[in-house]
Parts: sequence; structure tokens; C-alpha cells
Amino acid sequence: MIVASLAFYLFSIMAVVGALNVIFQRNPVHSVLWLIFTFFNAAALFVLLGAEFVAMILVVVYVGAVAVLFLFVVMMLDINVVVLREGFLKYLPIGALIGILLLVELAVVYGGWTMAPQAKALRVVPTPDPDQLTNTEALGRVMYTDYAYLFQVSGLILLVAMIGAIVLTLRRRPGVRKQKISDQVQRDSKDTVTLVQVQSGKGLS
Amino acid sequence: MTAIPAFAPAYPEIFMALAALALLMLGVFRKNDSMTLVTWLSVLVMTATAVLAVHGTDSAVTFNKLFVVNGFTVFAKVLTLLGAGLTLVLINVWAQGEKVARFELPLLVLFSVLGMMLMISANDLIALYLGVELQSLSLYVLAAYHRDNQRATEAGVKYFVLGALASGLLLYGSSLVYGFAGTTTFEGLATAVKSGPDSIGVTIGIVFVISGLAFKVSAVPFHMWTPDVYEGAPTPITAFFSVAPKIAGLCLFLRALVGPFAGMIEQWQQVIIVIAVLSMTWGAIAAIAQKSIKRLMAYSSIGHVGYALIGLVVGNEEGARGLLFYLLIYLFMNVGTFAVIMSMRVKGKYVEEIGDLAGLSRNNPGMAMALAILMFSMAGIPPMAGFLGKFYIFVAAVNAGFVALAVVGLLASVVGAFYYLRLIKIMYFDEPTAAIIDPPGLTTGIIMAVSSALMLLFFIVPAPLVSGAEAAARALFLG
Repeated sequence: MIVASLAFYLFSIMAVVGALNVIFQRNPVHSVLWLIFTFFNAAALFVLLGAEFVAMILVVVYVGAVAVLFLFVVMMLDINVVVLREGFLKYLPIGALIGILLLVELAVVYGGWTMAPQAKALRVVPTPDPDQLTNTEALGRVMYTDYAYLFQVSGLILLVAMIGAIVLTLRRRPGVRKQKISDQVQRDSKDTVTLVQVQSGKGLS
Repeated sequence: MTAIPAFAPAYPEIFMALAALALLMLGVFRKNDSMTLVTWLSVLVMTATAVLAVHGTDSAVTFNKLFVVNGFTVFAKVLTLLGAGLTLVLINVWAQGEKVARFELPLLVLFSVLGMMLMISANDLIALYLGVELQSLSLYVLAAYHRDNQRATEAGVKYFVLGALASGLLLYGSSLVYGFAGTTTFEGLATAVKSGPDSIGVTIGIVFVISGLAFKVSAVPFHMWTPDVYEGAPTPITAFFSVAPKIAGLCLFLRALVGPFAGMIEQWQQVIIVIAVLSMTWGAIAAIAQKSIKRLMAYSSIGHVGYALIGLVVGNEEGARGLLFYLLIYLFMNVGTFAVIMSMRVKGKYVEEIGDLAGLSRNNPGMAMALAILMFSMAGIPPMAGFLGKFYIFVAAVNAGFVALAVVGLLASVVGAFYYLRLIKIMYFDEPTAAIIDPPGLTTGIIMAVSSALMLLFFIVPAPLVSGAEAAARALFLG
């Protein structure tokens, strides 16, 4: 048990340190690297909770796709962080005040937490016994059956995101040369190559 | 294993989603110049969806209790589709005129309307959130659609950032509610909230959910984005923003509060009272100083949301009836007004200063007449339908004992009448400026004329509409 709690404290402290570094690094590329570090620690915390599927998804999707995409964006855009940080000190007091207020509220909520007496009975999908069923199977059993509707709607949202990105960024510039594969394939050597018998000593007149 | 859920209750939505995908294919393969075709096909799809909704299942819950259909949702969906269809026609006129037509524009409208329909039918917090996201994501893109225009881009970015914040609030609130009740279905929440002890966690959760939803319908104090987005986005898209998402948002608001959270009416009633009072008064006061007619309409719509929220405060059948009837009137009033604003062009260029309307009564008496009728209706002056809308809301408030709230509403509408009537004064009594406003196009003219005529017609024969709203409200409280 003590190993588990030690691991928990190790990973959570690392995660918090990583998250702070994401905000405080001057170089945005370093921020993204710290973000990846934080994701790994969060994944470790999920493993400690017994949610190995979510942990792996976090690594595969967030580290593998999202963070790498961030890295590309950060490297491609020439962002002047110094300009972005202007006014940081000016907004610090009010930002800190709101943050502290939220923290106090959270503490109050957490301190006075009660659950509805029927909450246990009302659960729609109780967590199955991990010895009987793996995470992946348990998720798969509900995701594509009971929650297929939500799954489909999420698909529509992603489709809209795709259409939106194309609408807002795709430009048809004039004068751009595009590869026309059918033309390339149909091209025949007869149309373009002429074979000339060159007589020695005469050259091509 | 799991049985296949009943698809019949969701036929309108399924049809709409499939039709949107088919139209997307059509647009992609036809390439250019297909916007007019896709627009009219989209209008056809919306009409067919409305017919399917009206003739579909009366009352059902399906998809593992995630999706609900009853008389209320049908009424709200038809209203939303009506508003979206009318504004889509305006959007096409604008895009063709400005030479920015692309077939994705009607498709984005179609997808956002689909999101609104899913919102209205949501019977679970997760379904609610996904519907809201599908709707909002399309709206952000629509706001920034005119991407070569700096103000439109700014509007899009502002809307996106603040909208993401609001979604965050909504999700955070939902997670607190889930932590209390152990479920996200509306029925489950209703039982948990009804008998559970007062818990501070669930109260704060509801407040967060209300904040998120209030942002989506632009109620004060979550209205900051509205004037900028309304001003920056192209006029017909603003018209769409001010109609369909508001109707869907307010109907969702009503369903979410009187359904699952009915047991905590005392907690949320206070919050909604504050939001309603602030929206009404701020919508009336801030509009006075506006010079741009689109900003003025933004504040006007904030005010109208305030009046509609009174119907929500009351939280009974009469209030819901008032709210639905108000939304119906609001729909035609706003579409008509935006049709007029869209016709404010001097030598083909759009103008949006209030002063540009000076002397309109002499140059174009028909348009001036239409706008005058619509403004009288907005101000709530009889014999226009806007009066009846406010009347049913205030009666519901007084009958339920919220006399002070009704009085505040009356005072706010008196202040609001000032700026609506000022527009009429400018049109009829000010000397015309050098710039003469062009005559409106045929489609715009028809929409303008029909909606102002309806303002008079609804006042004379409101009975069928009121009974329709009443039936819908009854269906809501039956469960």
C-alpha cells in the first residue's frame, strides 16, 4: 500500500510541477515539452486508479497527436512571447483575486459535499468489477450500445470542425500549378519525344 | 445484449443529418456556384424536417433515455426551423450580392440547426452539452465566415474564446451536479434533487449550468460578446444568430430548469430573477447611446431575452406558454427587422448607421412602413403582436405573485420604447441625407412585408398560436 501512495505523491507532484512549467516557461517550445511531461504523469495517475485504458488513450491521443500538433503550430507560428506577456503584471492582482475566490469556493463545496441518498441506486452505468471485466471491454460494452447516440453526435461535431477549418482557411490562389495525374498518365512518348538520326560530321541544321 | 433503440422519435434529426451529408457531397462534387441550389435544398430539408417532427411520434424517450420527444420539443423545433429557414434565404441573398457565396455556408447553418434540435430534445446532461457544442461550433465559423473582413474575423475569435469559456462553465457545473446525483439523465436528476437534502455542491453546480446557458442566450451579465459579434458578423448571419440559437437556447433553458431541477426551484428562481432584471434594464439603457443599428439590435435582443426569462422565473405552465408565445412573435419581429437592415444599401454598399435611415419615408415609403410596424411591435405598443407577447409574460408573472418583476419589465419596456420610437422619428421626420437607400430586392422585400403583416395579423387572431403554445407548455409539464 505504501508503494502505491508513494507513487501517487511522486506522480502528482511531478504533474503539478510540469503544469506550472507549462505556464512559466519563456520559450513556447519548452512549454509544449512540459505539457507532454504533465500528460505522462497524469497517465501514470490513471494507472494507479486502475483506469489503464484511459491512461493509454491519454498517452496515445494527447501526447501522440495533440501535443505534437501543438509543437508544429508553435514552431511554425512566429509568436512573440514578450509582447503576449505585456500587461501580465497589470492583470495579475485581479486574476489572482478571482483565482483565490474560486479556490475558496471550491474548498467550501468540497467541505460541505453531500450526495443524494439515491445516488448509488441512480447510477446508470456502475463500474463493473475489474477482476471480471477489463477497462476496455467495460467501456466498449456501453459506448457503442447505450451511448451510440452520443458517439454519433460527437462524430458530427468533428465533421463540423473539419468543414469549419476548410471554410476558414482554404484559399484557391490563381496561378498555382497543381499535379494533374490523369494528364501525366495519358502522356505518350510519341507526343513529346522525336528521334532524330544524326549523321556524323553534319550536326543538326 | 442491448436491444436496438427505437429510431422513430428521432426520425427528423436522422433525416436532417443524412440530408446534410448528402448536400455536402453535392456541393463538393458540383464545386462552384452551387450555393443557391444548396440553400434552397437546405430550406426544403428544413421544411421536410418540420413536417416529420409535426407528424412524428407524439411523446417518447429513446436512445437509452438520452433523447426525448413531446409536444413541447416539437413546438420548439418548428420555431427554430422556421427562424433558420427564413434567415437562410436572407443569407443566400447577401452572399450572392457580395460574391462570397460558397456551398458550405448553408451547410453550416444546417448543422447548427441540427445541434439546436438535439439541444431541444436533450434528456441528459451529456446530450445537452453535445447539442450545445454542435450548435456553437457552427456558429463560430459562421461569425468569421467573411474571413477577409477584419471585423468579422475579430467577431469570430471573440465568440469562440468566450463561447469556449461558457462551455467550460457548463461542463464544470454538470460535473458538480453529477457528483451529487450520481447520474446525468434528467429523470434521475429530478428524483435525486427532489428528495435529496440541500447540498451546496449541487446548488453551485446549477448556478454554473445556468451561467453557461445564459451565455448561450446572451443574458446579462454574460452578454459582453453580443454587441461585438452582432456588429462584426455579416448582417444576415447576425439575423440568424439573433433568432434560431436564442429560441433553441431558451427552450433548452426552460426544459433543463423545470425538468431535472424542478425540486430546487427556490434556488434557481432567485438567480433567474436577477438575470432577467439585469437583461431587461441593461438591454434598454445601453441601447440608447448606440449609433450602429446592428449594435442596437444586439442590445434589443438582450432585452428581449430578459422578458422571455420572466416566463422561466414563473416556472409553471402559464409562464412556459408566455415564453413560447413570446419567442414566436420575437422570431418574426427580428427576421423582418433584419431584412430591413439588410436592405440598407446606398449604391450597393451596406450602411448601418441609424442616421442613414433619415427621410426613408419619402424615398421608400413601403420599407419605412414595414420598419415602423416592426419597431412598434418591438416596443410592445398595441395594436402590434409584440404587445401580446409581453402581455402574456407579464400576466403569468402577476398571477404567480411576481408583481415587482412585472413592474420592472414594464418600466424597462417604456425605456426601450424610446429608442425604438426614435428610429421611427428619424425615418419620418428627419430631413433626408444625400445618400438615398436603394430599393430592396424581391426576396428581402417579401420577407419584410410578410413579417410586418404578421405583426398585425397575430394581434387580431392570436388564438391559434396561443393555444398551440399552451398545448406545448402542457406537454412540457406532463413530463
